[in-house]
Amino acid sequence: MNPILILIAKRLGLGLLTLWFVSFGVFFAIEALPGDTAEAILGQSATPETVAALRKELHLNQPALLRYWNWQIAVLTGDFGTSLSNGRPVSELIGTRLGNTMFLAGMAALISVPLALCLGLLAALWRNSLFDRLINAVTLTSISMPEFFIGYVLIFAFAIRAGILPPMSAISPTMGLPDRIVFTILPALTLTLVVVAHMMRMTRASLVNLLSLPYVEMARLKGAREMRVILFHVLPNALGPIVTVIALNLAYLITGVVVVEVVFVYPGLGQLLVDSVSSRDLPVVQVSCMIFASAYILLNLTADVIAIVSDPRQLHRT
Amino acid sequence: MLRTNRRTFIQGATALGLASTLPRAAFAQPTRGGRLRAAMGHGSTSDSFDPALYSNFYMRAQTFARNNMLTEIAPDQTLRGELAERFEANATADVWRFKIREGVEFHNGKTLTPEDVVASIDYHRVDGSKSAVKSSAESIAEISIDGPWVVMTLHEPNADFAYLISDFHFSIFPSENGKIDFSEGVGTGGYVVESYEPGVRTEFKRFANYWKPDSAYFDEIELLTVADKTARITAIATGQVDIADRIDATTASRVESASGVRLFRTSGPQHFSFAMNVTQDPFTDRNVRLALKYAVNREEMVEKILGGYGSVGNDHPIPSSSPYFNADLEQHSYDPDRARFHMKEAGLDSISTELHAADAAFTGAVDAATLYSESARAAGIDIKVAREPNDGYWKNIWRNKPWAASFWSGRPTADAMFSLTYASGAPWNETAWNNERFDKILIAARGELDEGKRREMYHEMQKLVHDDGGAVVPMFADYIVGLRDTVATPEVTGNNLDLDGLRFLERWWMA
Amino acid sequence: MKTRLANLRQVPPTALFGIVIVILYIVLAILTPALTPYSQREIVGGAFLPWTSAHPLGTDSLGRDMLTRLLYGGRNTLGIAFVTTILAFAIGMAAGLVAVTVGGWLEPILSRIVDMLMSIPQLIFKLFLLSIFGTSIPTLILVIAVLDSTRVFRLTRAAASSIAVMDYVEAARLRGEGPWWLMTREILPNITAPLIAEFGLRFCFVFLAIAALSFLGLGIQPPLADWGSMVRENATLITFGDITPLIPAAAIAVLTISVNFIVDWMLHKSTGLKE
Repeated sequence: MNPILILIAKRLGLGLLTLWFVSFGVFFAIEALPGDTAEAILGQSATPETVAALRKELHLNQPALLRYWNWQIAVLTGDFGTSLSNGRPVSELIGTRLGNTMFLAGMAALISVPLALCLGLLAALWRNSLFDRLINAVTLTSISMPEFFIGYVLIFAFAIRAGILPPMSAISPTMGLPDRIVFTILPALTLTLVVVAHMMRMTRASLVNLLSLPYVEMARLKGAREMRVILFHVLPNALGPIVTVIALNLAYLITGVVVVEVVFVYPGLGQLLVDSVSSRDLPVVQVSCMIFASAYILLNLTADVIAIVSDPRQLHRT
Repeated sequence: MLRTNRRTFIQGATALGLASTLPRAAFAQPTRGGRLRAAMGHGSTSDSFDPALYSNFYMRAQTFARNNMLTEIAPDQTLRGELAERFEANATADVWRFKIREGVEFHNGKTLTPEDVVASIDYHRVDGSKSAVKSSAESIAEISIDGPWVVMTLHEPNADFAYLISDFHFSIFPSENGKIDFSEGVGTGGYVVESYEPGVRTEFKRFANYWKPDSAYFDEIELLTVADKTARITAIATGQVDIADRIDATTASRVESASGVRLFRTSGPQHFSFAMNVTQDPFTDRNVRLALKYAVNREEMVEKILGGYGSVGNDHPIPSSSPYFNADLEQHSYDPDRARFHMKEAGLDSISTELHAADAAFTGAVDAATLYSESARAAGIDIKVAREPNDGYWKNIWRNKPWAASFWSGRPTADAMFSLTYASGAPWNETAWNNERFDKILIAARGELDEGKRREMYHEMQKLVHDDGGAVVPMFADYIVGLRDTVATPEVTGNNLDLDGLRFLERWWMA
Repeated sequence: MKTRLANLRQVPPTALFGIVIVILYIVLAILTPALTPYSQREIVGGAFLPWTSAHPLGTDSLGRDMLTRLLYGGRNTLGIAFVTTILAFAIGMAAGLVAVTVGGWLEPILSRIVDMLMSIPQLIFKLFLLSIFGTSIPTLILVIAVLDSTRVFRLTRAAASSIAVMDYVEAARLRGEGPWWLMTREILPNITAPLIAEFGLRFCFVFLAIAALSFLGLGIQPPLADWGSMVRENATLITFGDITPLIPAAAIAVLTISVNFIVDWMLHKSTGLKE
């Protein structure tokens, strides 16, 4: 059997185990939180009577282990349950938000990945030039800035001063694609600035690492132009680490954007998760956490597989 | 009936000077059309159409757009029929009759029947109800249908019952076999819910067959939840929305200076309190309570916490806009000497106590408590401010600690406010205050139909709470909303709640 | 002295800038109470007062002196981030070294736990844990330190395992030295370079994480000043063209940039990569 398939199977199995642990951990963590959904929903207007009634309706009076067991069985049959706090199907609630999150991550990736690759390539091509140092300092700067800083500066410049883009990205499912894009530009740009540096630096570093190897020297001696050497001789061999870092950053774009969602009022999954934790809405918290964890695990797996395919020697190391 | 009401309230209200926007050239005639975009600070992903669980201003605004109740608080604070064409009480105010309007259509085409009304009210009364208005609903002993009339018999007389039933929880939904269906948010209101994402937005379209004339002027509405105050202000300043509520007092003047934006203020019944549990030491002594009431600098609090957008409170919950407000009552003010005097009366040299607060109680609660502690020091009173977590504040701190910050959005009537929070044994009696005389007049006033006598009773109740009660009510806070020039408001707007009694979606229009 | 100066001249300007800034921040943090006449929670006037000589950066949403809050914010956040990073290193290095020197069944178990912890998105994980355990400063430090120690563990383990197979370590082992000796005398001194660089980077991440958590309301709690929540509380001003709330955000950026510049230079030097 193909060793790569074995590796994938092994990693997927480990991933599933991790997911199970996550679900278990999340369930009992929420249980451990002070207060439950019934109290969270009724808030100041809660009386012991109404809390008890609501608890009964939501089956919160059943033992925790039994509820976890039931939840687990339901999920295995593809039923994600209904939100405790508003009674809507979790799949519907999360579906829209997940779509939004993916749309923003997609936009940011479309801008940042090509940009990072180009900049990294150019920096490697003109290494140690003024351009290289400048781009190095600029990307270091952008990675060092808190997201809310970048977000507010962009709002200040483009929405308040120039008045050409909306400050708030409250996109809706009924919106057409052009509108959606306009509304998502500012958060996408913010995320681009956050992630581009990491990818660009890795591109440059892995290209430069290879440039001193004999086979590259050989290609140069054959008279190939530097650009050609980098594109056709070096890049294919440097792909592994570059893809890994891209995957890591894509995972970040999906899972790490709560702050950007808050700044731009973007209705993404992160915001939903934070809200659901405060209302103790277990089914929603569970599924969002699982989605985040799976995105993370799958992207990392993909990165590893690509790295191995591009450099089969890795297989023997793991 | 509606028409005459409208005319009279406009006259009445101008006399009272209730218009809350700044003077403008003229109030234009309402025009139909346009798309309104409003951003509200309330609303959460845990909201739903379930009328038992409505809890915030967002849901109130949404409910008033899609549903009607039996009665409605008019902009001039009087009560008028909504789905009830007429309503009347017997001489003892314990049997109420509501004549249900005929030919009213739900958004799904069903015609409104008295059965729908009964089912909608019963939803809050049934055994095991989880409803926030369970206590009001349980005051009904029996509901029956008499032709087009719905008859409600109460356990005890209540002259304010028709006010109680105007609460937005008592929305009328279509029913089948005595069970209401609220799952799609179908009502008889002026707007049909096109889509609803809890905690994000509601999209409305005008309901073509709306029964109420002269209302619901917008063609479409986008009602957003924007919890972040900065985003809300940026959105109104850049024109991304037409209305943004909950403007911080501290930024209000800047919002007003943005071009195309004006402020809309409502001085309503919203008030903040520091509730002392009178059954726990040292608050068991009336003199200690009075000492603390004289040790707070109310003007400073209104200035610093509310940025001047509010008024001082007098240690009772009735707002000056209420017809039952007792203006003859001595205004408690900051007086360290009198505080010392009452402390001596209590046989104490100093008082040392803890005041629990979190911003979940109200914005600025912790700072207000800090100010309190500073001003009380001059009177020899040592108040330690205990900062509590926002999460679980209402459950773990409020009513559990002897002295804690609290917030009341206010109730439409003096009776409702007193019954809810000051009557002995009331579910939300945050001070555990128990005053026989108060309880007696509270019940008597409820059944009293003579206005003059009733007013006297409410004046006495305010005095009792003011002199003896456990709540320090230092301030009433205005609601501040930012409006763009694209929105027009009627000359008279309700001040029972924010945003024209939160009926702005139905009563306002595009300029 | 001369050689030291010459060395200093070899330091690239970016790193030099970084060093100067970091020293400046540390000095300001230590001297804060002496530098300002106000306390961080004292209300000194109206809200959002403009810049004047009495209040060089104006006042915040509650009328507290903005410059004072900025200084104290730096002091609080720097201090907490520093303690957190130290703790993260203590946990991560200890676990990493133990895994390598003691080995046996401990190593795979520790590695699996770390893999598991790292497969959950970090910011979400921290938000989650903080809402469970509450938002006091000790929990904040502990949560971030434990989660960030996973990276330190990985680095320590990787670096240490390449040293552990060296002959001199083997020799010490045969000599009968205990694991404590092996860890502290043989391995640790040889992996300090990558660890110091990691310390700088980790400090930046911790610092940014605290700022982000405070921005979201789950980090350092008021009335303590900190840069993240200062931005959030006063961000409204940006709408009106006042950039004051961007100053604390910029302060965070300048510090992390500086540390990054220094780390970048150190990595460059230690790997000897000229190209």
